[in-house]
Amino acid sequence: MNVLILIFMPLLGALLALVAKNYAKQTALLSSLVTLAVASFLLCGFTPDASTQYLVNYPWIPQMGINFKAGIDGISMLMVLLTAGLVPIIILSTFKHKYENSSAFYALVLFMQSGLLVVFTALDGFLFYIGWEAALIPIYFICSLWGGENRIQVNMKFFIYTIAGSLFMLLGIIYLHLQTPTHSYDIADFYALQLDSQTQSWLFWCFFLAFAIKMPIFPFHTWQPDTYTEAPTAGTMLLSGIMLKMGIYGVIRWLIPVVPLGFQQWGHLAIILSVIGIVYASIIAFTQKDMKRLIAYSSIAHVGLIAAGIFVWNAQGLQGAMVQMISHGINVVGLFFIADIIINRTQTRELALLGGVAKPAPKLAIAFLIITLGTVALPLTNGFIGEFLLLNGVYQYCIYYAAVAGLTIIFGSVYMLRMYKAIMQGNTNDLTVNFKDISGTEIVTLFIITFLIIVIGVYPQPILHISEAAITHLIATVNAKL
Amino acid sequence: MNTLIVISVLALVVLYLGLFKAGKSLLPVSVMGLLLALGLAVAEWNVNPAPIYKGMMLFDNFAIAFSAITILGTILILLLSKNYFEKISEHVAEYYTIILFALAGIMVMVSYHNLSMLFIGVEIMSVSLYILAGIKRRDFASNEAALKYFLMGAFSTGFLLFGITLIYGSAHSFDLEVIKQYVLNNANGGISPMFYTGLSLILIGLCFKIGAAPFHFWTPDVYEGSPTLITAFMSTVVKTAGFAAFLRLFITCFAPLADFWVPTIIVITALTLFIGNITALYQSSFKRMLAYSSISHAGYMLFAIIGLGNAAINAVLVYATAYTIASIIAFAVLILVKKQTGSDNYEGFNGLAKKNPFVAFTLTIAMLSLAGIPLTAGFIGKFFMFSSAVAQYQIWLVVIAIINAIIGIFYYFRVIVAMYFKEGKNLILATPIQFRFVLAVSAILTLVFGLYPTIISELI
Repeated sequence: MNVLILIFMPLLGALLALVAKNYAKQTALLSSLVTLAVASFLLCGFTPDASTQYLVNYPWIPQMGINFKAGIDGISMLMVLLTAGLVPIIILSTFKHKYENSSAFYALVLFMQSGLLVVFTALDGFLFYIGWEAALIPIYFICSLWGGENRIQVNMKFFIYTIAGSLFMLLGIIYLHLQTPTHSYDIADFYALQLDSQTQSWLFWCFFLAFAIKMPIFPFHTWQPDTYTEAPTAGTMLLSGIMLKMGIYGVIRWLIPVVPLGFQQWGHLAIILSVIGIVYASIIAFTQKDMKRLIAYSSIAHVGLIAAGIFVWNAQGLQGAMVQMISHGINVVGLFFIADIIINRTQTRELALLGGVAKPAPKLAIAFLIITLGTVALPLTNGFIGEFLLLNGVYQYCIYYAAVAGLTIIFGSVYMLRMYKAIMQGNTNDLTVNFKDISGTEIVTLFIITFLIIVIGVYPQPILHISEAAITHLIATVNAKL
Repeated sequence: MNTLIVISVLALVVLYLGLFKAGKSLLPVSVMGLLLALGLAVAEWNVNPAPIYKGMMLFDNFAIAFSAITILGTILILLLSKNYFEKISEHVAEYYTIILFALAGIMVMVSYHNLSMLFIGVEIMSVSLYILAGIKRRDFASNEAALKYFLMGAFSTGFLLFGITLIYGSAHSFDLEVIKQYVLNNANGGISPMFYTGLSLILIGLCFKIGAAPFHFWTPDVYEGSPTLITAFMSTVVKTAGFAAFLRLFITCFAPLADFWVPTIIVITALTLFIGNITALYQSSFKRMLAYSSISHAGYMLFAIIGLGNAAINAVLVYATAYTIASIIAFAVLILVKKQTGSDNYEGFNGLAKKNPFVAFTLTIAMLSLAGIPLTAGFIGKFFMFSSAVAQYQIWLVVIAIINAIIGIFYYFRVIVAMYFKEGKNLILATPIQFRFVLAVSAILTLVFGLYPTIISELI
């Protein structure tokens, strides 16, 4: 059992889903569950120390020094679990949809999962880049084929934005490759490089652009609200739940340890941008009338805090980021799923037109409440642990930033509860009076999500435990080079 | 070396077949003959790296690799030509013959070891192409294309020839090995200005042939006016051959003088990229877009000439292969669409994916490959090019190339957007079996090279 099975299982599933025409969604779900089983199996055999486990290393393009090298350490493990865990939930959430040409849809979702798993396990720069793009191509097609009205323009913008960033990253990767004494793309060789700080300075921007666009960090976020709004809900879930974590993971694994001196010069600016993003996105979220856009902006705010927690580069911040990546993934998928349920039944995204849904749909109301509370970081929900650690990390770096970043908790409560109130409470109107409560797969999906929110909120120790050693080791490695 | 002989004889055989009205056997005979030539070329792999014919030609691995791609490209194009030339004229055999003669010229161009052979190869190829461009005798655009191509081609050949003469004047030989020795012996200041002038003139002549800016003005009109299949041949096989000739000369002889000509090539590269891409962006005709995009691809391939060395040869080989097969898909689909709608415009592709999922899928792969998106051969090509430029610390050039790659995505994706996301007339394309074959083979090759480029990149 190794990483290869994990990476290629979704690809196999994608092929099966293509073949299984009418049973595509069942096939896709089954395949994603098998992937989850593989991931769980890997977790069982995983020792939470700083080492990289399940290593595979095959020559791929030998004369260029490119190897298919992948493995899992504590940081990767959590991301792999997130990906393997969320994709079945996302597939399950689409069960009541009837997509035109559904086999292609599910095949693309699984194809993307494969790309994501490559990103989270790759230990070779070239492989990382391939995975990075392999995750982008399917999501572009998912959003463009099954998206809303403006999908063509919006997704073109998204695609151009992200690929522009990643091409500069490719330049950086090639440059680093040529600097390594053995001309390899191995991450260990990248870590061992001793470049002067001027070189590291521009290399920092090569990588930072790619990651900042992906997350997105202010001011590189302009593609995000439109794309999230126009995408089909499953696409939005993939983008917000898993894909933006690629950017965060990239910063932890491929940016700061590779160019520590560049980070030393520009990290401060990155923190400032992240903190600005938190406040900026929160303020915009207040004023949104559209449910999906509101969630999209809330996502920018949350990601801003995660980014700030990483760029301060201490154990609390990083551990908080790891937990919060998982929590944010779960919460945002839950939020978009609920938005999807409401939009499907009322045919509107306008908050002003909704109200009183709680009366005809009490089960939905409970689930929505739990997810909202998770998002606003109420203690005993998953959001609290992450944000607490993140703010703690930022506080250690600078108290003023922590004060500003801490506003996210207040702002978050305001806009989230406002949304909850507008949709669920008040009087029912023509649109919502006959609202059908959730049933079948919807209940299952929301139950899993709310269950995870509470479990992680009460007992986050296992998650922290998995990544702790790896993070301490990584911080020590970087600090040794500063 | 037998390859060249087989192809030349094949051309004559096909001509005679036409004489005896054996129209049906033209295609099978040509393809079988080319396969034989391909087999003979591959058989000489690693065998005999010594110059032959009194040092006129050298069939080394470089020559074999480029012969193989060009022959393969020609086979794919010939497969598409069934029932294509018949519509244009009754004298079908001549067209096969002329294409084969052009290929014979290309064989010489990729394996010359003497500047006179370079000139002869270029001329055999070019004269054939002038005729092919004007193959639609009663079509105004085709005539214009032929005339323009001929005038410009003759002009550039003049540059080339003059350059060769000046080089001969200073090195006293046409032989590449002797010229190389001359350069090495006189590297520290002893090289006569005449030699530098000759080098510059050859550079200009070759840039004309590969359509690099600012010597690219003939390409769009010629590519648009010529019959689509001939355009496909010119922009893939011929372009590859041009680069092979360019690379061979500059790597063998002029590498020590890199300081002199590299700055020029950098400027040419940047110009070619910007002009090709930005003009391609504003085209409403798919065919014209492909013409301009072929200019920009020439720009990417010039990276290799800046890079020099074996890695650069690999890079051109990979890039040319990726570009050739992707372009063949694009032109094949264009032929199908044009047959049905009668126009070259993007609108003809609207909604194509609904009824023709296979054709749309292969064209999507081709466009992704031309745009340089990972998992396709085109990405590997770009990746190799970027690597060879970064290796020479040409970071700014790579940044320019990245900006151009981003511009390229806009117009390549326009076709994908039209096919998948726009409503159209729900055309059902009549796709003959040989088209299906060519599309499938090219698409599979694009993906295979994209995933495992070691197959071709280890050749040299």
